[in-house]
Amino acid sequence: MNSVIFLTIVLLALSSYFFGRKKAILIQSNKRLTALPKFYGYYLAIWCGAPAFLLYALWSIFEPSIVRFFILSDYSSQGLLEGELNLFYEKVKSLSRNQYSGELTAELQRSAEKYLNFRDIAKWSKVVIVLSLLIASTGYAYTKISNNTKTREPVEIFLKGVFFLSSLAAILTTIGIIFSLLFQTIEFFQVIPLFDFVFGMHWYPAKAFVRDASEALDPSMYSDTFGAVPIFAGTFFIALIAMCVAIPIGLLSGIYMAEYASKRLRQYAKPVIEILAGIPTVVYGFFAALTVGPFLKDLGLSLGLEVSAESALAAGGVMGIMIIPFISSLSDDVITSVPQNLRDGSYAMGATKSETIKRVIIPAALPGIVGSILLGVSRAIGETMIVVMASGLAANLTLNPLESTSTITAQIVVILIGDQQFGDPKTQAAFALGLSLFIVTLVLNIVALSVVKKYREKYE
Amino acid sequence: MNKEERLIKRYKAEKRFQFYGKAAIFMALLFLVVFLTKIFSTGYTAFQKTWLVIPVNYNADLLYLDPDKKPTTEDINDADFYEFGIETFITLDPDASEDQIMELKKMFAFTFERELKYYLLDNPDSFGKTVDVKLTASDDLDQVFKGNYPRDIPENRRRASDYQLKIFDKLNEDGRVISEFNASFFTNADSREAELAGIASSFMGSLFSILVCLSIAFPVALLAAVYLEEFAPKNRFTDFIEVNINNLAAVPSIVFGLLGLGVLLAVFGLPRSTPLVGGITLSLMTLPTIIIAARASLKAVPPSIREAALAMGASKMQTTMHHTVPLALPGTLSGTIIGLAQALGETAPLILIGMVAFVNTIPGTPMDPAASLPVQIYIWAESAERGFVEKVSACIMVLLFFLIFMNLGAQLIRHKFEKKWN
Repeated sequence: MNSVIFLTIVLLALSSYFFGRKKAILIQSNKRLTALPKFYGYYLAIWCGAPAFLLYALWSIFEPSIVRFFILSDYSSQGLLEGELNLFYEKVKSLSRNQYSGELTAELQRSAEKYLNFRDIAKWSKVVIVLSLLIASTGYAYTKISNNTKTREPVEIFLKGVFFLSSLAAILTTIGIIFSLLFQTIEFFQVIPLFDFVFGMHWYPAKAFVRDASEALDPSMYSDTFGAVPIFAGTFFIALIAMCVAIPIGLLSGIYMAEYASKRLRQYAKPVIEILAGIPTVVYGFFAALTVGPFLKDLGLSLGLEVSAESALAAGGVMGIMIIPFISSLSDDVITSVPQNLRDGSYAMGATKSETIKRVIIPAALPGIVGSILLGVSRAIGETMIVVMASGLAANLTLNPLESTSTITAQIVVILIGDQQFGDPKTQAAFALGLSLFIVTLVLNIVALSVVKKYREKYE
Repeated sequence: MNKEERLIKRYKAEKRFQFYGKAAIFMALLFLVVFLTKIFSTGYTAFQKTWLVIPVNYNADLLYLDPDKKPTTEDINDADFYEFGIETFITLDPDASEDQIMELKKMFAFTFERELKYYLLDNPDSFGKTVDVKLTASDDLDQVFKGNYPRDIPENRRRASDYQLKIFDKLNEDGRVISEFNASFFTNADSREAELAGIASSFMGSLFSILVCLSIAFPVALLAAVYLEEFAPKNRFTDFIEVNINNLAAVPSIVFGLLGLGVLLAVFGLPRSTPLVGGITLSLMTLPTIIIAARASLKAVPPSIREAALAMGASKMQTTMHHTVPLALPGTLSGTIIGLAQALGETAPLILIGMVAFVNTIPGTPMDPAASLPVQIYIWAESAERGFVEKVSACIMVLLFFLIFMNLGAQLIRHKFEKKWN
């Protein structure tokens, strides 16, 4: 039904374009118009489509919760918990779709009938009201247009408004991220003290088994369960290993590309190295788990070392390979933008090329290089699939790269894979982790971007 | 140390530094080569499928059908091909014991019933005759034939038993083991059995997600970029939007998964595990990438174009829509394709919104539960059977093929249609 209404609105708006234009052409036969006839068409189409569509969208968003309110208002005085009401409402809905297989009660049946009845009323009144608004607004605009109505200006203002709304999408996304994370996190900290989360040394979300929704929460059940220190430590540890691989290789190849490489080498090697950045991370994860992990384990055995098949080294090392192109191409750009006269001055003093690079160019380009490294760190911290597939899922507090550790991202996946129960501290814990991840990467990005921006301004 | 020695030392240091740079580039390229070789060498076998060709006697008695009458389609559909299959397998080794019969059965994929039935439906003339029928070999024998399972280890550590291998070798000597292009890998949905699992369901899931993503992200991003580049006044609010877009581009993808879960599923109540929700989540993720690309290409359109249009009496909106945007379109499109390629390889956000469900049907609309290609890689990589390893690699090859294809397309659009302004 919804798509039928939507299509009707679109079709009517399209056809009113032709009516508007036709009327303009008729007027044109004896009077001068203020705009091209097509603007009269656009004008009418907007008046036809926009109000009706807006009403339709608002109605569709609010209808379910209003129907729910009416159905459950019969039971609001019985002192039921929120969870029970939800369960009851789900039962009513599935009964009305004839998919209910549980115990039938008179109440349930009555509510299901009421539900169907309300849905029917809502559906038809939606059709009638939306269509009558459409006819009214189109009729108003149609009678209004004459030879000296302004049509181009309103149409352009409308378009500009649509453009402006689109530009808000990015802000809305950020707000959506912050709110979805914040609400769940605040609820989480009402059960688990903030101090226990930030400084707790044990992370065993599996201990918080799925509980009965109708029972009240018992905070003591969760003591010593959600201490995030091991996973914060694991996250930074794996990121550190990754940077140990990525910084030397990325930086040196960036320097070589910028200062030594012939034009041909640059032309071919640069895009090939950048392929590494385009490979999906799940593919790296598979590579780390299938090849690198077992390889390190065998290598460790031959050296007499105990290496876990899912070691932090395997995950971090492969993650480092993934980050190489970020660092190499960013530092390449940064070094290329160092002014030539700095180099010339150094050569004139008799310095070799490598001495110039080490003593003049790198110090000059340092802020930019630091910025690129910070962006790499932010990538490493936010990387998910490699860790999920190649490192362990148990949060060990260890500094031995040969053992397995876990990260923030991996724990979010572990908790949220499969069915989630909203309102459960375990699910909320994932959102709390997500918020900490968001904050850490946001700070890193802001610092890195502002450092790079300042650096660019210096030499431009 | 005299002057010459110092100079020699400095030149040596120069040579060393150059060597480090070359070594770093070589290492990066080496990683790529090792990586691709590993994927291709484990994956190419998945494009071959092993079949066992065995003689089948479509005897009326074995099928409990009337021998004098030609069976109708319904008769065949109602017939019991399980028992018939077992009887057929016994002909491979008439002396087989009860246990060995079960092992014989396990040499074939569990779809043998269907395969025997469809052969008869397609070739009704073979009723009452003995014909050679091609049946899918089990995953274990498939892997043995491809050389992925070692045969020389003790029997209890092997998936295929000595008995199965004996029968298999005999069939092989008779030329009854054949290997053909594995079309079912592309046409089947996911399955618990490695020999039957295919990528059709996850491919459709990816396709729908990308289409949803494209239809949301491209228009919104283009309009947003046009507003910010052409209409927006320079003030604090537009600066804020700009900072916001840059930061959003660097937010880890899993956070978008949490957004999808916390807002799209929990608040708006959209259906779980569907490409619709996956596509919306991915579109929020690719939005900043496309906006940045579109702004860059709008910026590259020289002001003289705008001035010429304005001088001819076009309004600001007409100038933008008739001249600036069409000229910026190639750059925007190539940025969009690159953004979509990123979205196509994304896994973590889709896992959070439930697109990891086991789906053994091919989704027909974006509202049906589905997996996606990268999630399929994850699901198969997590399962223990050896047969899935080559499937994972093959799926990676398919995914990489699409990514390369999309990136080349983006390059092509950029080089072919973008105007160079001097």
